[in-house]
Amino acid sequence: MPTFISAPRVRGISVPHRKHTDDSATAAITPPGEVVIPLSMHIGRPAEALVKPGDRVFVGTLIAKATGFISANTHSSVSGTVKALREITASDGSAAACAVIESDGLFEPDPGIRPPAVTDRQSLMDAVQASGLVGLGGAGFPTHVKLAAPAEGKPPLDILVINAAECEPYITSDNRTMLEDWEDLKAGIEAVMRHCGLRRAVIGIERNKPRAIEKMRELFPEKGDVEVLPLRCSYPQGAEKVLIANATGRAVPMGGLPADAGVVVLNVTSAAFIGSYLRTGTPLVSKRVTVDGGAVLNPGNYRVPIGTPISHLLSEVGWEPERAEKLLMGGPMMGTALYTADYPLLKNNNAILALTSEELGVYRIDPCIRCGRCADNCPMGLSPVEIALALEQKDLTRMRNLFAMNCIECGSCSFVCPAKRPVTQTMRLAKGSIRKAGGR
Amino acid sequence: MNKLTVSSSPHILSGDSTRSIMGSVLLALSPTLLAAAILYGLRAVLLCGVCVGASVLTEHIWCLAAKKPSSVWDLSAAVTGVILSFNLPASLPLWQAVVGSVFAIAVVKQLFGGLGCNFLNPALAARVMMNISFTGSMTAYSFPADAASTATPMAELGELGAKDFLPLLVGYHGGVMGETCALTLLLGGAYLVFKGVIKPHIPLAFIGSTLLFSWLFGSPNALLSIFAGGLMLGAIFMATDYVTSPYSDLGKIVYGLGAGLLTSLIRIYSNSSEGVSFALLIMNLVVPYINDFTRRRPFGEVSAR
Repeated sequence: MPTFISAPRVRGISVPHRKHTDDSATAAITPPGEVVIPLSMHIGRPAEALVKPGDRVFVGTLIAKATGFISANTHSSVSGTVKALREITASDGSAAACAVIESDGLFEPDPGIRPPAVTDRQSLMDAVQASGLVGLGGAGFPTHVKLAAPAEGKPPLDILVINAAECEPYITSDNRTMLEDWEDLKAGIEAVMRHCGLRRAVIGIERNKPRAIEKMRELFPEKGDVEVLPLRCSYPQGAEKVLIANATGRAVPMGGLPADAGVVVLNVTSAAFIGSYLRTGTPLVSKRVTVDGGAVLNPGNYRVPIGTPISHLLSEVGWEPERAEKLLMGGPMMGTALYTADYPLLKNNNAILALTSEELGVYRIDPCIRCGRCADNCPMGLSPVEIALALEQKDLTRMRNLFAMNCIECGSCSFVCPAKRPVTQTMRLAKGSIRKAGGR
Repeated sequence: MNKLTVSSSPHILSGDSTRSIMGSVLLALSPTLLAAAILYGLRAVLLCGVCVGASVLTEHIWCLAAKKPSSVWDLSAAVTGVILSFNLPASLPLWQAVVGSVFAIAVVKQLFGGLGCNFLNPALAARVMMNISFTGSMTAYSFPADAASTATPMAELGELGAKDFLPLLVGYHGGVMGETCALTLLLGGAYLVFKGVIKPHIPLAFIGSTLLFSWLFGSPNALLSIFAGGLMLGAIFMATDYVTSPYSDLGKIVYGLGAGLLTSLIRIYSNSSEGVSFALLIMNLVVPYINDFTRRRPFGEVSAR
């Protein structure tokens, strides 16, 4: 047996839950007349366009092909005609190539869609890559890569951790996955365990989802290979390294991947999608998203075609644009603030939040009082206060010695800071300056 | 439609602020002020008011002169004022209290960069400065109306007996105005721990180690000695000053142990009655080193091969 670094239980912070949409079953929206689908919605090499303006496409037609192992396919989410290939400015400021597709409103499936034949690890990986699946928890890492057999000299993979912590405030889409798509979820978990030779699985769920915990317990009997593990509501319980530590007692070594701890981590919605893909062969073309926030009139969970302009989604759901101070893709702790509501919905989106200034709060930044709360509450055991000081002094060596690169940018340090200092943002600057100097 | 605000995450923050923390500290100090008023009369309240007024005014004028927004509403200067007054005998001439307050804020705090940048606790450094400068009035300990003592219990540790426990607990003995009532100081400390403003590590390590080392060094009344002198005030309200104490839990324990050791040494082997003050000043200075040696181990650290 290989030995893994054991991890102490990671305790986190208390953030507000605001899970108003816990009980809201997924509803459909009137689909948009036109979708804007970024060809690459994943980490890794960009996908290569396969369509040109004028091409006829169907739901599930491959429109951009993965260009390597760490890359992902992209499919059309509507049936209709490709109007244009153009670039939009992504939320991080970069240029993103997109296919603009005019929908014929019929949602005709691609005639080539059929369930994949999966018999072993390789065929499962091929199927998952073909499906266009990327980490649906938000990171967008191509999922098939995680299922690969460990390289020579690496420990064997033995545990599947299903991330159903959903520790971000507001978001309830994973909760709805467990309550609505449990058959696919069960099939997905079993397929991954069987074909990747994982002897057991742990489903980690924060205790604020009692109905999901109950449902999972019905599905997976006690003392089976699949353990349902209720977790304390403590942010960032769903951060990959934190969840692995709290669910398996193993630590992912610094700079390493979950595989270095013998673990495969899948977001619960990703696992359910694998089940659904194996059953139907329909690629990743729509997402369940939580739409919430003070500026939203009918908060709830909605199933939305990928590439739907967020402005269309919000006007279907009902919102008061003049009250929205920030528009977030994802949760308030780690989500991305959008500069325009015309932005398209992405594969890895799990929530769209239109937050008012009352919900966000107005804060004044005071001098650091060295209370040490940022260090005390860092799930990675870092000392942001000292890293910030090293950054101020442009002391790269000290930033490295303080392990700045180990920061997962969960936002806990900024959240707890009584002086309301932008601590997480400072950590990003520190990481950026180390990277710029060629460090890791 | 509004212009959307774009910033990087996180987008929500906790409700705590510097001001709410300082406000909690002021609230935690208030029972002791009440005790001082009962024990030493309204002169104690006047002295406290003068210290707070002088501290806040100094902070405000400094900010005006430095052309930066006034920081008096973060309440940190008020906290310094109250804690400084607790370190003074109730009978101290008011002008001396003003000198001490100005020194605490202008010299110890602002000259080094203001809130968060001072390497010594302002109230503590001011107390030591005043002890050296105004030795006579600073050691003219006041006494509750008819307490029959003649000196602070620190000067007569050897003569303390079990019958002195209750007076020590409620502060019915000589001393500076805010250090004598152990009961209200403990109450304030418990409140701060409950509110999460401070962690109990420093006070427990400091008081515990003072007890231990006093006993080891042969103090006849080790147990009573932890209620005497400035230990409670120092351990609960001064040693826990964020700026001048270590970040990590382990660091806080090391800091408390060191302060307790030094306090016992000074109390037993020196003539000075300033055990807690000097112990804390010395520990203030070594905080950066304690931080370096007691930092939390980062998650997933791989031991060097």
